[in-house]
Amino acid sequence: MRTPPSALGGPPPSAARVAKVLSGSGAASQSGIWVGIFAITMSFAAFTSALFVRQGSGADWTHIALPLILYANTLALLLSSATLQMARRSLAAAPSIEPRAVRMALGWLMATLALGFVFVGGQYEAWRQLAAQGLYLATNPNSSFYYVLTAMHGLHVLAGIVALALVMGRIAARGAAFRKSSFEATATYWHFMGVLWLYLLIVLSTKL
Amino acid sequence: MEETSAQQAYVHAPPEGFLRKYVFSLDHKVIGKQYYALGLLAVCMGMVLSWLMRFHLVWPTTRIPGLELLSKAGAPGGIITPEYYLSLLTMHGTLMVFFVLTNAPFAAFGNYFLPIQIGAEDMAFPRFNMMSFWTTLVAFLVLILAFVIPDGPPISGWTSYAPLSAVGKDAGPGMGWGMNLWGISIAIFCIGSLLGALNFIATTLDLRAKGMTLMRMPICTWAWFITSCIALLAFAVLLPACILLILDRTAGTSFFIPSGLVVSDRLQPHSGGSPLLWQHLFWFFGHPEVYIAILPSMGIVSHILINSMRKPLLSARVIIYSMMSIGFLSYMVWGHHMFVSGMNPFSSLMFSFPTLTITIPATIMTLIWVGSLYGANIKINAASLFALGFISMFVSGGVSGFFLAQPSIDIVLHATYFVVGHFHMVMGVASIFGVFAGTYFWFGKMTGRMMNETLGQLHFWLTFIGTYCIFMPFHYLGLVGNVRRYSAFVNDFMGPLMPLHKFITIAALCTGAAQLIFILNLIYSRYKGAPAPDNPWNGTTLEWSIPSPPPWNNFGGKHPVIYHDPYQYAVKGSKGDYIMQDSPEPSAG
Repeated sequence: MRTPPSALGGPPPSAARVAKVLSGSGAASQSGIWVGIFAITMSFAAFTSALFVRQGSGADWTHIALPLILYANTLALLLSSATLQMARRSLAAAPSIEPRAVRMALGWLMATLALGFVFVGGQYEAWRQLAAQGLYLATNPNSSFYYVLTAMHGLHVLAGIVALALVMGRIAARGAAFRKSSFEATATYWHFMGVLWLYLLIVLSTKL
Repeated sequence: MEETSAQQAYVHAPPEGFLRKYVFSLDHKVIGKQYYALGLLAVCMGMVLSWLMRFHLVWPTTRIPGLELLSKAGAPGGIITPEYYLSLLTMHGTLMVFFVLTNAPFAAFGNYFLPIQIGAEDMAFPRFNMMSFWTTLVAFLVLILAFVIPDGPPISGWTSYAPLSAVGKDAGPGMGWGMNLWGISIAIFCIGSLLGALNFIATTLDLRAKGMTLMRMPICTWAWFITSCIALLAFAVLLPACILLILDRTAGTSFFIPSGLVVSDRLQPHSGGSPLLWQHLFWFFGHPEVYIAILPSMGIVSHILINSMRKPLLSARVIIYSMMSIGFLSYMVWGHHMFVSGMNPFSSLMFSFPTLTITIPATIMTLIWVGSLYGANIKINAASLFALGFISMFVSGGVSGFFLAQPSIDIVLHATYFVVGHFHMVMGVASIFGVFAGTYFWFGKMTGRMMNETLGQLHFWLTFIGTYCIFMPFHYLGLVGNVRRYSAFVNDFMGPLMPLHKFITIAALCTGAAQLIFILNLIYSRYKGAPAPDNPWNGTTLEWSIPSPPPWNNFGGKHPVIYHDPYQYAVKGSKGDYIMQDSPEPSAG
């Protein structure tokens, strides 16, 4: 039997479901972000194993001294995770929170965003310092991996900055009734960027 | 919460306007059809390329009229040069593996039916879903661009082995910008596939309807889910590999290029790289890719066989566990592509063992299919014929895998037509048979009109016999030592093989022509086919509980509740011989 499409209105969705959809399917965006983190981890694992193989394959592997500014950048990125946590704390009880809490959270998010820019700017400065020493992408395998790994991580941080800015825009526009799931997913991603950078820093400082 | 309205409760609003409905659609069903169309376009191009190659192999001096328009340098006067033969081969492999075997069974059918079969309104992230299709389309266009540029397509084969793929235009025609385009295209393709896989996984985990436990999902849903897990890992490794390859080519790095390499009488300005590194990274992706191509077809075929036999498989669970173990093992076997690459012979042994192990779940699945067929009163139609054809192809192509998995035998057979025959049957044709089966089975649901059954069965028999005629002799050619990727067989000992090559070419041209029946059937049935009822095959899964074609939000705003395992067939005491998954009727028990 062919059902006419007009008979397909169906009952209106329940209030609970409307609320769930409005707040975003929280579970899906959390598993989405973890699946994404898994894929990114796999990519960097591939880069790392390429680094190990390349180190063993040629006799041209020489140590390069990492620019000290990397440690300042690391601090900025870790701090940004802390400020993000402060924002999460202010928004924890959303949507039933005061406008004042929303403003506070926006302030912490602004700080997070600023620290994110400090990190990316600092990474660029580290590139300039290496270039001043005559170390470019193709100079030797160590510098090649340095530039590739930091560039890939930097691109992911930039994506995080864009996501954070979008989430901030939504919070600013909607106040306490913002979509919590995308905020939480962005926060998870941002923390992961910090963890990933710590991992890369260990690899770079011990292997290059 | 004042904006509480019915519209708001959907994942996305009903599409309005032509662009949103058919082009930049967020609807998983439209995206699925877009993937299908892209796969169809790519398979036609890939098939024409294989015709050109087969034609050139047996009639090397015969002019192919008009071919010089495609490439002046590659086919002067309509006759293919040896280098252009390799270009065609590269493009054939790349199009088929990436844009057909990954797109059609997985992205196309998966997108269309996975959300419906789990009772969801759409994918978890419709915008990502749209992006993954358009990214894939850009990858396709970038690849095709290689035909247009003066340099021509690359000559490196779909595996693009370093160092020749990494050194630039010294490596031959097409290895300048053609090769760059290849690398860029595949990198973009990886991004699209990663987005798609992420979406499939999140959707399956979180958007299942009430009562749809994981074990109540249809086998094909399981297959798409497992495939997306494999794809997530595989493309996450191919992407870095492509980035490193592009850097070697354009930025002067030396990841894959060793010291002192002289190509075309020129010392390459690179040092210390490892060509084997590319093979490791590539095959770490490349072998799981084989299962990305075949698992969805296994799922589709199981789904169709159960419906046509009107009884469950001996064990659906064991099929699911077998697919999982194939997915898991697929990551430990990549080195079996590299037995003759110069890697440590002990590594060969270590890769040979899991490769032989992987035949165990594959054999278990085959035994379950065949065992379930025993004594079954199977309804013969185009869909079930192609499902049976799949099993036949999978077994015939799989058996040669036992030989190739052993390093000592592979040393003899490596890079011969034996390998070409093996993977064309087991990965190419088998997977495509799954797509054909799925098309005949689901076309009514997707378009609202049934496909023509007579044309479908004619298409099956011509294709089934034709593909055996093409690919069975490949094994024989390989055993006598006919190497692959040569554009001409000039050695005397190969002379006696020419009649066989001619037979293969004629079979290929005929089988290819038989595909026109399928295309005509698609077009004819789309407009003139008999109207499709909601449940033409008396199926039990959720896609049959909604109209053909489904409304934009699949279940019309209702939220199905699932009461049963997916395949309640041959149930005594029920009105038909089956119970739908969302029917509250008591199950067989």
